Amino acid sequence: MNTTPILQCIDVRKSFPKPEGADLLVLDGMNLELNEGQIVGLLGRSGSGKSTLLRLIAGLAEPTSGRVTYLGQPVTGPAAGIAMVFQSFALFPWLTVFENVALGLEAQNMARTEIRKRSLAAIDLIGLDGFESAYPRELSGGMRQRVGFARALVVHPNILLMDEPFSALDVLTAETLRTDFLDLWSEGRMPIKAVILVTHNIEEAVLMCDRILVFGSNPGRILSEIKVSLPQPRNRLDPSFRELVERIYVEMTVRPQGTPGGRQERFPGLGIGSVLPQVSTNRLAGLLEAVAAPPFNGKADLPEIASDLQMEIDDLFPVAETLQMLRFAELEGGDLRLTDDGKAFAQGGVDERKRVFSRHLLTYVPLAAHIRRVLDERASHSARKSRFIDELEDFMSEEEADQTLSNVVRWGRYAEAFAYDDENAMFSLENPT
Amino acid sequence: MERFEPYVFLNKLASRWDVLAFIVVIGLITFLGETSRGLFAPLSQLQSTPVSLDPAHLPEYAARTTFRMMAALLLSLVFTLTYATWAAKSERAGRLLVPLLDILQSVPILGFISVTAVFFMSLAPGRVLGAEFVAIFAIFTSQAWNMAFSFYQSLRTVPIELIEAAESFRLTPWMRFWQLEVPFAMPALIWNMMMSMSGGWFFVVASEAVVVGHTTFALPGVGSYIAVAIAEKNLTAIGWAILTMLIVILLYDQLLFRPLVAWVDRFRVEQEPGAGVPGSWALTMMRRSKLIRASTVAFQAAVLWTSRAIRRKDGPPVEAASRSKRSLDLLWVSLIVAALVVSLWHIFAVLIANTPLKEALQVSGLAFLTMLRVFVLITLASLVWVPIGVWVGMRPGAAQIVQPLAQFMAAFPANLLFPLAVYGIVAWKLNPDVFLSPLMILGTQWYILFNVIAGAASIPTEMRYVAANFRVSGWLWWRKVALPAVLPFYVTGAITASGGSWNAAIVAELASWGDTQVEARGLGAYIAEATTAGDFHRIILGIGTMSLFVVIINRLFWRPLYYYAERKYRLT
Repeated sequence: MNTTPILQCIDVRKSFPKPEGADLLVLDGMNLELNEGQIVGLLGRSGSGKSTLLRLIAGLAEPTSGRVTYLGQPVTGPAAGIAMVFQSFALFPWLTVFENVALGLEAQNMARTEIRKRSLAAIDLIGLDGFESAYPRELSGGMRQRVGFARALVVHPNILLMDEPFSALDVLTAETLRTDFLDLWSEGRMPIKAVILVTHNIEEAVLMCDRILVFGSNPGRILSEIKVSLPQPRNRLDPSFRELVERIYVEMTVRPQGTPGGRQERFPGLGIGSVLPQVSTNRLAGLLEAVAAPPFNGKADLPEIASDLQMEIDDLFPVAETLQMLRFAELEGGDLRLTDDGKAFAQGGVDERKRVFSRHLLTYVPLAAHIRRVLDERASHSARKSRFIDELEDFMSEEEADQTLSNVVRWGRYAEAFAYDDENAMFSLENPT
Repeated sequence: MERFEPYVFLNKLASRWDVLAFIVVIGLITFLGETSRGLFAPLSQLQSTPVSLDPAHLPEYAARTTFRMMAALLLSLVFTLTYATWAAKSERAGRLLVPLLDILQSVPILGFISVTAVFFMSLAPGRVLGAEFVAIFAIFTSQAWNMAFSFYQSLRTVPIELIEAAESFRLTPWMRFWQLEVPFAMPALIWNMMMSMSGGWFFVVASEAVVVGHTTFALPGVGSYIAVAIAEKNLTAIGWAILTMLIVILLYDQLLFRPLVAWVDRFRVEQEPGAGVPGSWALTMMRRSKLIRASTVAFQAAVLWTSRAIRRKDGPPVEAASRSKRSLDLLWVSLIVAALVVSLWHIFAVLIANTPLKEALQVSGLAFLTMLRVFVLITLASLVWVPIGVWVGMRPGAAQIVQPLAQFMAAFPANLLFPLAVYGIVAWKLNPDVFLSPLMILGTQWYILFNVIAGAASIPTEMRYVAANFRVSGWLWWRKVALPAVLPFYVTGAITASGGSWNAAIVAELASWGDTQVEARGLGAYIAEATTAGDFHRIILGIGTMSLFVVIINRLFWRPLYYYAERKYRLT
């Protein structure tokens, strides 16, 4: 096998300019080599920059610094040998299946007969025979993504980029598509040499990839690289498969090194400047109850509870980390362990829960405490939303400030720590009469 | 698979759809030939063969009027595809072009005719063509702006993943425009074309009499026919004209817009199967007829050929090219500032310096009167049509009948009915200040009706069940369920109706029947009088004031209301 890499990323950084001046760094120190015959997985939570990296490789964006090279040449725009499959399929609704597939070839000025031959071959390969003249809206999600695959394969790319291609599909359909893809891949029937798969599904990564790069957030970077040497086809129930999944969970919950006292919030920023995740109090309560109840009894293994509750890491981690921030639970070594107050919350009635939640919110969420303090100090016991937005925007983008404030409103309302009137954009201490 | 065979039409010589298509195509060609024959005739012919009230001439007049509409629509389309594209693609140009479009939109269209007549007549001196240009341009100004706006909006909202797909498959910008951007914008564009058309009919009737200096050229058409009928107080002729117009609009609807709306359904990006795809016999004909399909193959080949002829420039995509052009930015801004200074100076020199304070105050007073009229009328129309619209919208059966009817009424040029109203006012000696006013909203009230119907029809069934389940009824039901649910739709309709009414004021506040003139005091009448008198100064002053009022009302009233309704009451 040829061992010179098809694709290389060397010290790639990507940042986006923020209106206030300072740039927002989304990818840092990214090094990656892709060799022939490999499926490499980029695994991480949303916001870890894995999709950004994929777009840099696809030539849809340019790195701020560092290099992406394809066959030794720097990537400066969409390259002919790199094709992409999109999460949302990105089919043109006004073109038929055939026309969608043929589009990439038409852009290459190919002869009509050749376009026809190759398109039909790709449609055939991916199992879309008989659907050539259908419009995307007539197809099910699975069939639409098959069109997405056929459209990418028809240009005979060396590298196939897949951006969470199965995450918009239901569980059954996704599994069928994965299996079909792996069959074609292992039989060498697809005209591609290597694959990069972006995913936030740990099991999917272990099932499909030869190498998994685990991404961390803020800024996006590679935490670790994991080789998967299990033979294909892989079995999800195989103990070594489970072990690998468990190991990745541990990797993803490892605390950053060298933080004093061993505690650092996972959310970017400090004090009132931390960006709060969008997590409703119902989800918090739901996870607390689930972990408190048997069989977990206050301590749950993350992969187990994830499959128990049918949650993907993108759902589970923000909830678990919010619990940790509120000191209702500790997250370590792939486990989630409730604190005493966490247990008290899980067992309490409505009033008890609100009391505990209110206390923790005002103690451990600096922004909530800040809002409460301002309202207490003022004679009118009210304050404009814009006042806090302005303060937050010193630390974060406009969008993040909005999200953070709307979350603290949600939690503050549940805790009855303060009230908020959206119509006038005013915080107050009054409750509606 | 047969759709990829170019020669399928040879299998069988012709189907019955082919026969139908053949007749329609030949009919269209004859029609184009007939109507364009008169274009190069000398202007004097217009005077030597005046418009005749004989109904036998009406088909020909209708054809001429229709031709003008089509020409203007085509022109608007070209304008849309260029102006809006430029505004969307170049951030620098967009900063100027978009606000400009917004202002142009609020300039009363009829004002354009007298201002631009001289220029267009000079394009084809001494020929009928020149006068046609004037009329066509007037119609164009009633159609182009909202089409361009819709296209601009669409270009700015093409889903990012579709753009990325187009990029990663290395489509050329030219291909991307025709394969992605235009198709994506199509549904909204077609809808706006229909709306434009409705506005256009109103103005085609008013624009066929071209005034240059003190000469009036009456272009052969339904509008001129009406004008003569009014001058000769011929009620029967007006009846004939109304009938003709009904037929013409019906044909337009059946032959052009129904097929377009049915066809454009496939361009909707929401991938859910459409809730009731609109049908159209004309589209079926075009799809089934092999002759027509064969001709579209030629069209596709042309698109393909141009796609191939224009190569892709390799290089970094979209985001890269922003920073280095500071100096160009500066140049652009200074150009705009220079243009601004020159315009301001002109406005000052021509308008303000020559306008006595008294006149300015008078014009503002008149504008307030017209504004009062518009608001009172919108309120009255709302009181009538909102309850009716809600009632109809809740009953799918009724909605299916009333909805197209309301759209049809909106397209019907209400000014055809003005003579009847004037006749009544004269006969019963009514107060024109009050009784001319309803004419302003005669044609535009339907926007309120069909938007409210659409809103009521979109109330989720579950919400209605909830209301029924908790026995919410009577006034409470209106207050808590129906009115909030239709509010966003109502506001959209009211905005259109209000804009249309301002425009209609020019025609409605000053109407005549034979040699009797009936006038309501207002800005519309002021502009109309100035136009008749050929008083350039007062025309500009009137139009400027009206534009200013419309812009201010839009900014301070309608737009905030629109965003408020969208944010708080839109059911998603």
